[in-house]
Amino acid sequence: MAFLKLLFRNKLAAAGLIIMGLVVVLAVLTPWLPLLDPDVTATGDRFKPPFSAGHLLGTDHLGRDLLSRLMWGTRLSLMVGFAAALIAALLGSTVGIVAGYFGGRTDNIIMRAVDMLMAFPYILLALAIVAALGPGLVNALIAVAAVNIPFFARNIRGVTVSLARREFIDAAKLAGMGHLRIIVFELLPNVAPVIVIAMSTTVGWMILETAGLSFLGLGSQPPQADLGSMLGEARSALITSPHTSAVPGLMIFVIVMSINLLGDGVRDALDPRLRSGALTRPRAVTQIDRQQPAPEADGASLLALQDLSTEFRVAKRTYKAVRHVNLHVAPGECLGVIGESGSGKSVTALSIMGLVASPPGVITGGAGRFEGQDLIGASYETLRAMRGDKVAYIFQDPLSTLHPLYRVGDQLCEAIRSHHKVTAREARTRALELLAAVRIPNPESRIDNYPHEMSGGMRQRVSIAMALANDPEVIIADEPTTALDVTVQAQILSLLNDLRRERQLAIIFITHDFGVVAQLCDRVAVMYAGQIVEEGPSQAILDRPAHPYAKRLMACVPDLGQGRRELEAIPGLPPAVDRLPDGCAFAERCNKASQACRVGSIELVGTSDGRRAVRCLDPEESLS
Amino acid sequence: MTQTPERDDQRPLALKIEGVSKTFGQPGGLLQKARPGVRAVQPVTLSIPRGETLGLVGESGCGKSTLARMLVGLLEPSSGRIEIDGKALNTGDPAAFGRLIQYVFQDPISSLNPRKSIRQIMETPLKRLHAMGRKDREARIREIFDSVNLREEFLDRYPHEFSGGQAQRIGIARALAASPQIMILDEPVSALDVSVQAQVLNLLARLKETYDLTYIFITHDLAVVEAVSERIVVLYFGSVVEVGPAENIFKSPRHPYTKLLASSAPVVGRPLAAPEQSHTELPDPLNPPPGCAFAGRCPRASQPCRTIAPPLTPIGDEQFAACHFPLED
Amino acid sequence: MTSYILKRLIAAVPVLLGITVIVFLIMAMIPGDPATAILGSYATPENVARINRDLGLDKPLVVRYFIWLGNLVTGDLGRSFSLNRPVLDEVLERFQATLILAGVSFVLCAILGILAGVVSAARQYGLADKLITFVVLIGISIPSFFLGMMMILTFAVNLRWFPVSGMYAIYGGGDLPDLLRHLAMPATALSVVATGVIARMSRSAMLEVLRQDYIRTARAKGVHERKVIMGHALRSAMVSIIPVLGIQAGFVLSGAVYVEIVFQWPGVGRMLVDAILKRDILLVQGGVVFVAACYVLFNICVDVAQSLLDPRIKT
Repeated sequence: MAFLKLLFRNKLAAAGLIIMGLVVVLAVLTPWLPLLDPDVTATGDRFKPPFSAGHLLGTDHLGRDLLSRLMWGTRLSLMVGFAAALIAALLGSTVGIVAGYFGGRTDNIIMRAVDMLMAFPYILLALAIVAALGPGLVNALIAVAAVNIPFFARNIRGVTVSLARREFIDAAKLAGMGHLRIIVFELLPNVAPVIVIAMSTTVGWMILETAGLSFLGLGSQPPQADLGSMLGEARSALITSPHTSAVPGLMIFVIVMSINLLGDGVRDALDPRLRSGALTRPRAVTQIDRQQPAPEADGASLLALQDLSTEFRVAKRTYKAVRHVNLHVAPGECLGVIGESGSGKSVTALSIMGLVASPPGVITGGAGRFEGQDLIGASYETLRAMRGDKVAYIFQDPLSTLHPLYRVGDQLCEAIRSHHKVTAREARTRALELLAAVRIPNPESRIDNYPHEMSGGMRQRVSIAMALANDPEVIIADEPTTALDVTVQAQILSLLNDLRRERQLAIIFITHDFGVVAQLCDRVAVMYAGQIVEEGPSQAILDRPAHPYAKRLMACVPDLGQGRRELEAIPGLPPAVDRLPDGCAFAERCNKASQACRVGSIELVGTSDGRRAVRCLDPEESLS
Repeated sequence: MTQTPERDDQRPLALKIEGVSKTFGQPGGLLQKARPGVRAVQPVTLSIPRGETLGLVGESGCGKSTLARMLVGLLEPSSGRIEIDGKALNTGDPAAFGRLIQYVFQDPISSLNPRKSIRQIMETPLKRLHAMGRKDREARIREIFDSVNLREEFLDRYPHEFSGGQAQRIGIARALAASPQIMILDEPVSALDVSVQAQVLNLLARLKETYDLTYIFITHDLAVVEAVSERIVVLYFGSVVEVGPAENIFKSPRHPYTKLLASSAPVVGRPLAAPEQSHTELPDPLNPPPGCAFAGRCPRASQPCRTIAPPLTPIGDEQFAACHFPLED
Repeated sequence: MTSYILKRLIAAVPVLLGITVIVFLIMAMIPGDPATAILGSYATPENVARINRDLGLDKPLVVRYFIWLGNLVTGDLGRSFSLNRPVLDEVLERFQATLILAGVSFVLCAILGILAGVVSAARQYGLADKLITFVVLIGISIPSFFLGMMMILTFAVNLRWFPVSGMYAIYGGGDLPDLLRHLAMPATALSVVATGVIARMSRSAMLEVLRQDYIRTARAKGVHERKVIMGHALRSAMVSIIPVLGIQAGFVLSGAVYVEIVFQWPGVGRMLVDAILKRDILLVQGGVVFVAACYVLFNICVDVAQSLLDPRIKT
C-alpha cells in the first residue's frame, strides 16, 4: 500500500498508470465491444478518412475498419510485449541470480555466454532468430525475449553479487541454510524489486521491438495484424492517406510513453535511495534561511561562529542538526570539537564555508565570521574565493575525498591555481614543496601518482598538502584520522601539530576520540544532540569534566594499560534530532536529572573569565 | 613450523587450530597463466581453552578477518586443521560449524537481511540447526531476547528500524540462538559510538558467564581488546608476531611491532609523538619479504631479520614473540 | 597502453569465434534445405543432391562449421543466390552506407545526450531540467520508424525541405551536400531514441557523482562551480556514461534497420530484411557475422577509451 501511495504521489506516474490501465482494459474487452470484423475487406471503401460514417477512424488500403483493427492490434501488441518481457525477466533473472550467487567458475562461464550474446547489436540476433524460425508473431516474440535475456541476466547478476557479499548471507550460512534456501528466502526478496524495476522499464521497449519486427514484415502475418504490421502496411500509402499510418503509430507512442512514465514511477517508489531523497544534487553553497538577522560581530577572533543553527529538511521532518553553536579560534590555536555520531560536530564544521549538502541542509540562523566578515549569506563568489585560500578543509576518508581520476599533483596545482594566477610550472614547483612539507618521501615520483596508487596515510598527507596549498589561516579537519590505522594516525597527528606550530595555523579539529583531543587540542567543545554542552581548555575538561555527559563519556572509553575491567556504560541512546525533548537533551540518560532538567531551555553558563562553560543545572564540578 | 603457544592451563580445549593458512589464488584468464597467490594468513597454530576470551588484534590487512572466517567455515583454509571440542571439522561447510561456533559481524545493519522481520531472522538457526518446534522456538527466542536486553515487541519489526547498538544486540541474539560453544566477535563494536560500545561490551561479558562461552574477539582497538581479553594475539602481515596475557602484552611488549602499536594509540596524559618515521616501507603482499615482515619498519632490524623468518618462541612465562631480538623489560 | 589494446584484441578472439558459432547454429536450425530454395522448381532429387554436395551440406555439422569458418577467415562468405554476387562484396558496399548513417547518428546522440544530461543534472528540478526531461521522455517513447514516416510527411512532402528518400539524388547528385541533404532526416530519426537514453543516463550519472565526497573537496578548495561540473563531475560521470555509449551504439546500429527501410537507405539492414524474406541464408549469415564483428571491434575502442579515462583499470 505504501508503494501505491508513493506511486500516486508522482503525478506523471499516476497519469501513466491511468492511461495504461485504460488501454489494457479496452484491449481486454475488445472481443466483446461492438466493433466491425477487423479482417473483412471492402475494396469499395478503401482509404476512407477518419470520422466517416460507420468508420470512426476511417479505413485502410483494403477497406477494413481502422478502429477495429487498432483495437485488435493493440491487444495483440500488448500480449506479445508483456509475454516477451515476462519470459526475458524470468529466464534472465534466474541466470543472473545463479551466476551472481555462486560466483567463481559458474559465474565466469555464464557471463562469458551472456557477453557473447551482448556482442551482437540486438536486432542482428533477433533477425537471425527470425530468419531461422521463419517470419511469424510467435517467432518474433521468441526473438525479442531471447535478445533481452542478457540484459536481465547482467543487471540482476550485478545486484546479486553485491548482495551475496553482504554479511547477512554469511549469517544465513552459519544458521544452517543451504544454497537453495538462501537464494529463495534471503536473496530473492532483495532482488525482486530490482527485477520489477527492470521489467517496468523495459516492457515498453519490448513492445516497440516486437512492433518493429512486425513493421519489417517479420512479425505478425496478414490478415492478422498487430500495431507494427498495421504501420508497415500503411507505409506505402503514407503520402496519400497519412491517417492509416498515424493511427497505429500514435497508439504505439501512447502505450510506450505511458509505460515509461509508469516505469519511472515504479523505479522511484521501489528504490530506497530515491525514497529518502538522497539522489538530489548538493548545490555549490548551502541554502540559507535565516529566521533572524545575523548577530553583531563581537570580539576579534580569527574565526568565530555565533549562534549557528543548521537543520535538514526532509519531506515533512526537520532534523535540527546544529543548534545555536558559538565557537571561536585564534591563530596558532587548536580547537577540538568532540561528540558522537549525530551530535552535529561535522555539520557545524561544514556550515562554516557553506559546504553542508543542500538540499536537504539549510542554515537557519547565526553568523560565521572570518576576521569579522560574515560568511553565512555571503555571495557564492566571495565564499569561493575564501574556500581553500583563507579557510581550508581536511576530510575523513582520503580515498573518497580525493578525485580518483586526477593525479595528486594536478589536484594540488588546481587548488593553487583556483586562487593564484601562476603558470603550470610554478604551480608544480609549489606542489612539490607542499608534498615535501607534509613529509612525503620522494615527492618527484609521487606527484604523478593517482590516489589509488598510494596508501591511506600517504593519501591523507596529500589532503593535508592540498589544505596547505594557499597558506590558509584556518584549517578545519573533520575526523582526518578516523579511517586510518593507529600507527598511521600517530604520524598524521604529529604532522598536523608540527605544521600548526610552524605556520601559526588555527585548527578546528573534529573528532570522537578523547585521546586525540588530549594530545593535540588546546581547547575543546563537547557536543551532544546539536548543542555544545561543555567548553574549555582540554586539560581542565579532561581532568575535571563538569557536564555529566562529558564525564561519563570519558569513563566509558577504555584507556590502554589498565587491563581487563568492566566499563561504565551510558544507558540509552542520544535523542533523535527531529524529536528533541524539552530541557536538557541528555536528561533521559543522566543519573542526576531532576524535573527542572526536562523543561525550558538550559543555557550554556560560562565562568567569569570566559575560559570554561557548561550547559547543566547540576554540574559535576562547580566552575567559578 | 611454529611452536604451539600453550598457556599453562588446566581447562579443556574449546578450539584447536593447527597450521591453518590461507592463500588467495589469482587465477589467470583463458590465455594467461595463474599467478602466485597472496598469502593472507601464514600458518597459525593456537589452542584456546574453554571459557577464555582471546583477543586478536592487528591493523587493516593483517589477516585477522580472514582467519576468523576460516574458523567458522565461511572460508576454506588452504592448509591446516581445525578442531572444536576435540573433533576435527569439515572445513568448508558453515552449517557443520553453526552449532559449535558462531560469528558476530562488524556491520550490525548489513548482517541483518533488510527484508526479513527480526522474528524470521531469529527463527532460522533454531529451525535449521536445532529442528525446534514452534512452541520451543518461541520460548527460546523469549529467553535469548531477555538476556540481551531486547524487548519482545522488536520481533515483528524490520532491521532498518533499529539503531546500530540495537542491531548489534540482535546480531548477538541470533548467534546465541545457535547455542554455540564459541563465538567469534569480528570488530563487534567498531561501528558503534563509544557510549553504546560500552553497553555492548558489558553485555558480551555478562553473556559469556551466563552461557559459558568462549570468545575470540577481533579488533583494531587496543584499549578495547585489552579491556575484554585474557590473552591477546597480535597479527602483522598475516603472521602471529606476539601472544601474551592481556595485562602484560601492551605494558611490556616483546615484539617491536606490538610496542609500536601500543605507543601509537592516542592516550590521555601522554604527549603526542610520532613513534615512527613516515618513510618506512610496508611489505608488499604480492612480493613478501623473505625474512621478518616487520624488518622494513623495525628500528632494531639487522641482517638475520631480512633473511630468516623468526619463529614464535616463548619469552618469560606466558609470552611468545616471533622476533630474533625481542625487547626486554 | 599498447599492451592493453593488444590484450583486448586477443580477448576478442574467443568472442568473435563465439559469434560465428551462434550464427552458424541458428542458421543450421533452419527447417527445409537451402537446395530446394535455390533450385525452386528445378528441384529434382538429383539436382538437390548435387547442390548439397557442392555446398558441402552432406557433411556433419562440425565439419561444415569449420569449412565455413575457414572460408570466412579467407574472406569468402559465399555467394548470394538472390543477387548472384559474392556476399562479401554486397555486404561491404551496403555496410558503407549504414556506417555513414549510423556513425553520424551516433556522434549526434552522444554529443546531444551528454550535453542534455549535464545541463539537466546541474539544474536539477529547474526549468531546463523539466523541459529536457519532458522532451527526452517523448523521444524515448516514439518508434523511430513512425517518427521517420512523420518526418517524411512533414519535411519532405509538405515543406519540401529534404528529399523523401534515398542516399543520393538520381540525377546530378553524388557530392557531399547532396549526401547531407539526404542524410539529415534519417540521421535525426535514428538518433532520437539513443539521445534520450544517453541523456537520462548522463543525468543520473552526474547526480550520483555530484554527491560524492571528492566534489565537496573540490568545492572546499575553491574550484569554480563551472569547473566542478564540467571537469570533476563530468569526468567521473563519463566512467559510467562510456559503457552506455557502447551499448547505445548497438541500438543505433539496430535502429538503422528500420530507418533504412523507411528512408530507402541502401544499407546493410535493408539488405538483411530482404534476404530473410527471400530466404537467402548465406547473405543473412554473412551480413550478421560481419556487422557483429565490427561491433565487437567498436566495443574494444570503447574499452580503450574507458581505460584512458580511468587509471584504476589495469593496463
